[in-house]
Amino acid sequence: MSFIRKKLDQIRKPFEKGQKWERFAPAINAFDTFLFVPNHTTSKGAHVRDAVDLKRTMITVVLALMPALVYGIYNTGYQHFIQLGQSFTFMDAFLHGAFKVVPMIVVSYVVGLSIEFAFAVYRGHEVNEGYLVTGLLIPMIMPVDIPLWMVAISVAFAVLIAKEAFGGTGMNILNPALTARAFAFFAYPTYMSGNKVWVSEASTLDGVSGETILGSLAAGQDVSYSTLQMFQGGIPGSIAETSALWILVGALILIVTGVGSWRIMAGGVLGAALMGFLFNLWGANALMQFDWFNHLVVGGFAFGIVFMATDPVSAAQTQKGKWIYGLLVGVFCILIRVFNPAYPEGVMLAILLMNVFAPTIDHYVVEANINRRKKRWAKTNLKTA
Amino acid sequence: MSKGLRIRRGARINLKGKAEKIINESVGSRTYALQPDDFFALTPKMHLKEGAKVQAGTPVFFSKNNPRIQFVSPVAGTLKAIVRGPKRKILEVVIEAQGDEAVSHTVAQPEKMDREAIVEVLLQSGSWPFLRQRPYNVIADPEVHPKAIYISAFATAPLDADFEFLLKDQLASFQKGIDVLHQLAETIYLATDQNYQSALAAIKHTTHIPVSGPHPAGNESVIIHHTDPLAMHEKVWTIRPEDVVNIGLLFETGQYSAQRTVAVAGSAVGKPHYIKTKIGAQLSTLCEIAEVDTQLNLRYINGDVLTGRRTQQQGHLGFYNNLLSIILEGNQYRMFGWMPFKDNGIPSLSKTSFAWLSNKAKAIDTNLNGEERALVVTGEMEKVFPMDIYPMQLLKACMIGDIEKMEWLGIYEVIPEDFGLIDFANTSKIEAQEIIKDAMYLMLKEVG
Repeated sequence: MSFIRKKLDQIRKPFEKGQKWERFAPAINAFDTFLFVPNHTTSKGAHVRDAVDLKRTMITVVLALMPALVYGIYNTGYQHFIQLGQSFTFMDAFLHGAFKVVPMIVVSYVVGLSIEFAFAVYRGHEVNEGYLVTGLLIPMIMPVDIPLWMVAISVAFAVLIAKEAFGGTGMNILNPALTARAFAFFAYPTYMSGNKVWVSEASTLDGVSGETILGSLAAGQDVSYSTLQMFQGGIPGSIAETSALWILVGALILIVTGVGSWRIMAGGVLGAALMGFLFNLWGANALMQFDWFNHLVVGGFAFGIVFMATDPVSAAQTQKGKWIYGLLVGVFCILIRVFNPAYPEGVMLAILLMNVFAPTIDHYVVEANINRRKKRWAKTNLKTA
Repeated sequence: MSKGLRIRRGARINLKGKAEKIINESVGSRTYALQPDDFFALTPKMHLKEGAKVQAGTPVFFSKNNPRIQFVSPVAGTLKAIVRGPKRKILEVVIEAQGDEAVSHTVAQPEKMDREAIVEVLLQSGSWPFLRQRPYNVIADPEVHPKAIYISAFATAPLDADFEFLLKDQLASFQKGIDVLHQLAETIYLATDQNYQSALAAIKHTTHIPVSGPHPAGNESVIIHHTDPLAMHEKVWTIRPEDVVNIGLLFETGQYSAQRTVAVAGSAVGKPHYIKTKIGAQLSTLCEIAEVDTQLNLRYINGDVLTGRRTQQQGHLGFYNNLLSIILEGNQYRMFGWMPFKDNGIPSLSKTSFAWLSNKAKAIDTNLNGEERALVVTGEMEKVFPMDIYPMQLLKACMIGDIEKMEWLGIYEVIPEDFGLIDFANTSKIEAQEIIKDAMYLMLKEVG
């Protein structure tokens, strides 16, 4: 360990203050702090600090994403072989999926981190860890057959417009990963919806019924999957969104470690269930008749509410606000699903919409606190006057 | 308030090296020092020059803004040095101890003196700075009639002194001090640890508040907030329990008392225990008695590890603190230290470490455990901030200097030390206490 440390100190030399490559210090620091927690000690404020930092927090989210990602990779292969009617082993399916998904992840990280590093050097601040999560999320919510260059452009758009334009990590209004998906969705609609994009290599074959469940429902077709299948996740869809089971495992990791807000998740599930139930009572078309509990396990709802809506930067920030925000994400998700057949997946737009309204929710929650204080002041001033 | 105050939000950080309940009586040191930085927003003006002879209680400097407020020498001797920093700011006034002459004041039974006379004695004797005023935690303004005086004998900060133990032999002087304060304010709130049959409950002229809960339950701000929250233009005073004794002793003997019982604690202390000395005593003397291995790279803190003021081994004890924390500096690297559930020996309030599973006392060092980042994680500040105030929103208002917003969000009800745990716990390593301190300077300048 001390050997690596010595080597690193040697490499760092030209990047130190006053040296030749001082400007590029953020880039080398990013690698250094990835290997070692730095030897910085407290100078102002509290003399001792918690072991947690942003790196640890972000890595915890990455860990929570792993079950859904691994299953998503397997399901990519599984859907491919099932729809083609070929026989296959678990390993075949997994390798096929990995062959498709890993390049997307690599492209996402390379493009996104390059921009992040460039901005860090340009602005002279340290590289933020936020992209570790965003960069993994983006491929996980894309259809598997989307060309890599589209992934690259979506990533660039999201990082530049949704994040850096606002000042970088912590300052953005919209969730960057969802912005990437929304960009791809509106820029390349033929690659993002329909019945050919959800199953790997389906476009090369005729007679494949690779429609997502919500897509079929919107088109007025029957659904041939059982609730258990939908929950377990062996259905067509974006790469990692299909398995409510493995997303639930991720949700547990987030809740137990306290990294993801259980209030937002609970609010979201409650809102969606409530809205789904109301539509069940109404029951005017196939989407309205779709059982409320099925709404919770199909499409991107589970993935969205667990990993996207809980992004602390773009969500509501007050505890009360989180409940309201989560609830409304759930309500709007089902509303959009049912009323707008052009967008069978409502969760993306629901979260982006609520991202925009999150500051307003917080404003009213904080305003209530201010009003309590003002009222108290008015009372004491009356007493003394 | 018989039912007491139960605080739920906050944190107990169990650190190694808690002071054992032994008092080492009357320890003297070679030099003593007064440090103007102990008093928020004070501009000192010197009375004396280097080399002047002083008695215990001789005024050394006074407040430029209010010349009635005097700061006096804790011991008799010679003014050895006035240590100055950048812009000739006075950092330390060092007095070399010699002899035991003391300045005497005429005092009577506090009940028989009127308010003005008591104020005058406190001001002239140099005991006035024991009283501090909210908002802003500045030295009390003698012209002000405070709504109440708050005393917290429930110290909840990590390793903090146990006032029940510290005061147990001086209850008569404590009562005397309360009698004096009773002439200054109608209501005196005295907060104590609810889980303890407090001897302080019997003290007359006070409203007793038993408090329970994790740190910062014992902070005056929290107690004020939950008993009678401060409104705009209202003022309350606070005083530390041992200083009530000091005022009591002044009215018993007629001489300024600078008694200070300090818990020398922390993982780097060989024999952590209580030492009774005087305000401003030299730390090296205390370190020797407490068997601190001064060869190590150590952090000396006047106060607790969350809110205290940094000093060195050659430094001196602060004016207000009953705790001297000594811990290891943490200037070492940790490989892959960012991995969740690694290095569980470091205290952590986050569940991304297994530290919360064991309540065993842990050693801690001054490593930042990461780097400063933009605010990302939400909700973690509220967990350690047991007041009806939105800490993150208040901090943001302070950062941009929006005075109106700061007022509405509760700046009058807090002082920097209330944000100690937020400094500790927040993922982005934001220095909240500094932000609040700067904001309070701004408030003092703009609003007053």
